[in-house]
Amino acid sequence: MSEDTKSLEAIANREYAEGFVTDIEMEVVPKGLSEDVVRLISSKKNEPEWLLDWRLKAYRHWLTMEEPAWPNVQYPAIDYQDISYYAAPKSKDDAPKSLDEVDPELLATYEKLGIPLAERAALAGVAVDAVFDSVSVATTYKDKLNELGIIFCPFSEAVREHPDLVKKYVGSVVPYTDNFFATLNSAVFSDGSFVYIPKGVRCPMELSTYFRINAADTGQFERTLIVADEGSYVSYLEGCTAPKRDNNQLHAAVVELVALGDAQIKYSTVQNWYPGDAEGKGGIFNFVTKRGICRGARSKISWTQVETGSAITWKYPSCILKGDDSTGEFYSVAVASNWQQADTGTKMIHIGKNTSSTIISKGISAMQGQNTYRGLVRIAPSAKGARNYSQCDSLLMGDKCGAHTFPYIEATDTGSTVEHEATTSKISEDQLFYARQRGLSEEDAINMIVNGFCKQVFRELPMEFAVEAQKLLAVSLEGAVG
Amino acid sequence: MLKITDLHARIDDTEILKGVDLEIGAGQVHAIMGPNGSGKSTLAQVIAGRERFEVTQGTVTYEGGNILELAPEERAIKGIFLGFQYPVEIPGVTNKYFLKSALNAQRTARGETELDAMEFLTLLRARAELMDMDPKFLDRSVNQGFSGGEKKKNEILQMAMLEPKLAILDETDSGLDIDALKVVAGGVNTLRSPDRAILVVTHYQRLLDYIVPDCVHVLCDGQIAKSGDKKLALELEEKGYGWIEKEMTGA
Ligand SMILES: Nc1ncnc2c1ncn2[C@@H]1O[C@H](COP(=O)(O)OP(=O)(O)OP(=O)(O)O)[C@@H](O)[C@H]1O
Ligand SMILES: [Mg+2]
Repeated sequence: MSEDTKSLEAIANREYAEGFVTDIEMEVVPKGLSEDVVRLISSKKNEPEWLLDWRLKAYRHWLTMEEPAWPNVQYPAIDYQDISYYAAPKSKDDAPKSLDEVDPELLATYEKLGIPLAERAALAGVAVDAVFDSVSVATTYKDKLNELGIIFCPFSEAVREHPDLVKKYVGSVVPYTDNFFATLNSAVFSDGSFVYIPKGVRCPMELSTYFRINAADTGQFERTLIVADEGSYVSYLEGCTAPKRDNNQLHAAVVELVALGDAQIKYSTVQNWYPGDAEGKGGIFNFVTKRGICRGARSKISWTQVETGSAITWKYPSCILKGDDSTGEFYSVAVASNWQQADTGTKMIHIGKNTSSTIISKGISAMQGQNTYRGLVRIAPSAKGARNYSQCDSLLMGDKCGAHTFPYIEATDTGSTVEHEATTSKISEDQLFYARQRGLSEEDAINMIVNGFCKQVFRELPMEFAVEAQKLLAVSLEGAVG
Repeated sequence: MLKITDLHARIDDTEILKGVDLEIGAGQVHAIMGPNGSGKSTLAQVIAGRERFEVTQGTVTYEGGNILELAPEERAIKGIFLGFQYPVEIPGVTNKYFLKSALNAQRTARGETELDAMEFLTLLRARAELMDMDPKFLDRSVNQGFSGGEKKKNEILQMAMLEPKLAILDETDSGLDIDALKVVAGGVNTLRSPDRAILVVTHYQRLLDYIVPDCVHVLCDGQIAKSGDKKLALELEEKGYGWIEKEMTGA
């Protein structure tokens, strides 16, 4: 048994492959947060008055808020005055117009991460809006999308080019008063992506953004807004990695999704930020607010996430099911290894009639990792005939890690159906011996069993992403064998 | 091919194998019978390299080399196959994928080329048909929700795919209906060849009508209490194990 435990633990012990720092001059605003800093950010981005006002309202509201203490995670106090709230890569012109204009070193960084921008985009038919720290540096496939009237651009560009759309929808799902981290984001958000799919258009390619945190001590405050107009469809991929750093880095992103009648949004994330070293030093603090609203009838929002990175993950991609017959889905794999702590889950808020939601959560804990599932299913009295199915499975590797499940169900009796299933398992020595007896190495056997455990989630990912996710999972759990 | 001398093994503080001696030559089929709890499965798993059993004494040599220090996968690669008494479920991993990974892992380790998807599927379908197995089992998770008999057939399918040199079948006949028993026996007999050896653990002499053994051994309380030819199985069927246990304690 002890032999077994030891080897299972070793799997979580692998060096972070993406830990390197790009040497690019950064333009960094001095540390600290004040109204002046908020104004500075807004003016650097040449923002209109209404957006500055919105930021300031958020900032003032934030001053009245307390950092939440309820998540099942522990971390040293964050000094919000010790963070720089804006960083932009310096380049000759303000923003490059094509890949040729992009800093070669930056492109090399993407290469090293296995994201050969141009190639990948061409080969896989993926349009990439790559965010390097705070400013978007490259956008491809724009013309093709333009033809269909699809808007896919940096958030700051959308503010300039499509102010009406941004004004109409920003903060409509996650208001600036929403929560401590979302409010902070509303005040200081740097950049992110904006997507608009017009009525009846099916976006012909996966839209993809790679986020990357680089400047030391620079918090990242992405803001993404996706609007799918009536009868449209879009699949959006978000993937990220960060270079190795000793200082904890705060990340507080906001993602808002709006699906109008009969529209579908599929949002997939593979998150591989630096989790800290084997002693629990360093790593990203990831406090994210992701929420979508199914505004119209028969609309659908699916969140799929594979969370292998970050020292702290605090994240609840949620769906507000307002339209009748709308559908919300949440598929999640969360890994907590070494000293990682994850408190993640979802909220499904049923408001419309016959709304349905599915929650499939797979938590993997290894080493001293602590994994918490926290989910809320709320069925409002108006949600006649609502249905929810939740399944929360935990896999433990070794005996020092932990799995915790907090399913909250708030249902007034409306003839709704709420089902919840939960399991906790270990990779059994029986399974390992069986697979090894057939000739698989211990490591391959473990990967196979873990992938099997995650299958219900992986099969929701776009093909290319699913392969990456499996690799990532193997990498983040590797080393526990030996 | 396989030579076991004075093998002692224990789990925690309980000694289960108490000096097993057994030799199986290439081309031979041996059967091991014996009462419940006498150590048959333990012996089978110790040969296959299960680490939870601690070998405290004795040797196991296979093709002339000591294998006790080898990991289970290394033994598998050398051609040792164990058909499990209780096949294990692996949720979310299809039977097909599992077998392909296993087969290619073995081939790679032996310096052979991997089978590509087409070659593998062609082989797998053919073998499944021989096993009278519905192809839909190939796309289901390994052993998950399989009936007892289906699990056993699946073990033989794996054996047929991996083509081991030494196959140890731990009660593969238990839980099989008459037709399935014939199919399984057919699978085993197909594998029989002058350079392979087979060790079957069984409670029923019926299996031995189909897979005729060269030798029958009786394991009692962690030791081989008696060895003989096929007639010994018939005698056991008639008289039970009591007389052997008595002989053993008397001797
Ligand atoms: N993990 C274990 N912990 C404690 N005792 C064990 C363990 N595994 C096996 N044993 C004991 O070892 C003895 C031999 O078990 P084994 O499974 O080898 O018997 P067997 O001859 O295969 O029996 P059967 O005919 O019922 O399959 C039994 O008394 C069993 O309880
Ligand atoms: Mg047994």
